[in-house]
Amino acid sequence: MTFVHQNGVTALSDVSLSIEKDELVGIVGENGAGKTTLVKHINGLLKPRKGTVRVDGSDTRDVSTARLARSVGIAFQNPDHQLFSDSVESEITFALKNFGFEPSLIQKRLDWALGFFGLEEYRKSSPLILSGGEKKRLTLASILAWDPEVVVLDEPTVGQDAIQKEKLAEIVRMLHAAGKTIILVSHDVEFLWTLQPRLLVMKRGRVVGDGPCAEVMHDRPLLEGARVCQPQLVQLYDELAARPARPFLDVSEARAWIARDGEGTMRTRKGGS
Amino acid sequence: MAKNNPTTPLLRVQDLSFRYVETPRWAVDGVSLDVEEGTITVLAGQSGCGKSTLLRCMNGLIPHMYPGEYTGSVALDGSPVGSTRMGDLAQRVGLLFQNPENQIFMFSVERDIAFGLENLGLPRAEIRERVDEAMRLLGIEPLALRAPHELSDGQKQRVALAGVIAMRPRLIILDEPTSLLDPQTASELVSLVSSLRSRLGITFVIVEHRLELLTPIADKIVVMDRGRKVMEGTPSQVLTDPAARGHGIAVPPVSMLYADLRRDGVALPRVPATPRDLADEVNAL
Repeated sequence: MTFVHQNGVTALSDVSLSIEKDELVGIVGENGAGKTTLVKHINGLLKPRKGTVRVDGSDTRDVSTARLARSVGIAFQNPDHQLFSDSVESEITFALKNFGFEPSLIQKRLDWALGFFGLEEYRKSSPLILSGGEKKRLTLASILAWDPEVVVLDEPTVGQDAIQKEKLAEIVRMLHAAGKTIILVSHDVEFLWTLQPRLLVMKRGRVVGDGPCAEVMHDRPLLEGARVCQPQLVQLYDELAARPARPFLDVSEARAWIARDGEGTMRTRKGGS
Repeated sequence: MAKNNPTTPLLRVQDLSFRYVETPRWAVDGVSLDVEEGTITVLAGQSGCGKSTLLRCMNGLIPHMYPGEYTGSVALDGSPVGSTRMGDLAQRVGLLFQNPENQIFMFSVERDIAFGLENLGLPRAEIRERVDEAMRLLGIEPLALRAPHELSDGQKQRVALAGVIAMRPRLIILDEPTSLLDPQTASELVSLVSSLRSRLGITFVIVEHRLELLTPIADKIVVMDRGRKVMEGTPSQVLTDPAARGHGIAVPPVSMLYADLRRDGVALPRVPATPRDLADEVNAL
């Protein structure tokens, strides 16, 4: 499918791909590559100029945006574009009420979301007083509260410290285990590397790479062409004279490999055994 | 530019505490810190640890614009920030926000860069000279007549930085400057900071979560937790200290790996700044 902005700029050209139910997908590419434009097609915010987008079998042009919104939740990059209620509480319940949830369920979902995202103390506060990282968590809380089947997170780690990032990775793993379809748009290659999603690489409106994270992140020419950095552990792997068959998935794998020399003997303080 | 007495740091924070009106907690709690001229200091810590408040104390927004309780002192070049006029401070301390959209708003790039200088009432010829110099330093001359809103995020960030540079400040404060940039554009910005430091001797204080970007150029990392300064040292000292993770610091994988290997008894000669450094050391074992 192809998408052309009103100003005539082609944001997506000839994109063809399918994402299965319960897949975990990451999308990388430089600013302006078309990542956000692509995900806006999934919940019908944008409709293709040419070609079709089908969600759960239905053409997004034939389904109301309200119905699509129920099954596809998108947390956009800039929370200021998304937050509009006068309290944290009503921000979270807004969609739940719109989707006609029972009041008792709304209460349960609200309590869960506030607790899970560490926003309990701000229940009655205006979203405007939250820090950047907290606002970001509020957008996630508002979306996960209504439990959509497809969850799209656009740059979820921006402004998050290490502890919040680990928590976010846990949430993604949990949603994935629960059978949700998850799409992560992110510049944070270290975060993606810890999750090992199927990875799409975008460049100037096209999908130029698509495959398992470990394979795609190891394809340096592809990534350099799309101006995407490799995770540190992959860079390290590429520079090692002796290395295992595939890149290290985490620090402990790299540690175990390096602590032994090429013959598998433990290295000592003097560098030999 | 007046040279400092080498024993006086450019910026000295002494036993500083600050709390905003009607909040029970001290946002900054007893912090002392020296920033030497021509260095790059990175401020790190979890969200809400007091980094942004400390930055506001450094450029005088606190106590000039934010009411609250303030004890201790912040001195720039030996004179207390609290009793220096904001207009004077603005010429000595530049601030670049996370989102350049908050900072650029004129119709063309060069008008935007000239904005602060026009406010100072400088002669037109001097404004022209400083704007041209800033655009040259940041490599954005071809964009001079473009409208800022048409630019990419990386270009916007350069325009905002050019506006700061044109004021010829001694100290530039960057508040999460790369968070909206893709990794390549972010590392280009980091190289730019490093070259501005070596060519112009500008001092930088940078708040940043992605430490792997700054480890290669930073002189010092300061870690804050709940308003207090809890760690201070060179990147290699701070990032290989197991305490860093406990304070919510995203330790780059390479630093974590180095520290783990050292614990295993694999002694590598130097603390690596990049994956390539580490690989070179491992290859030489």
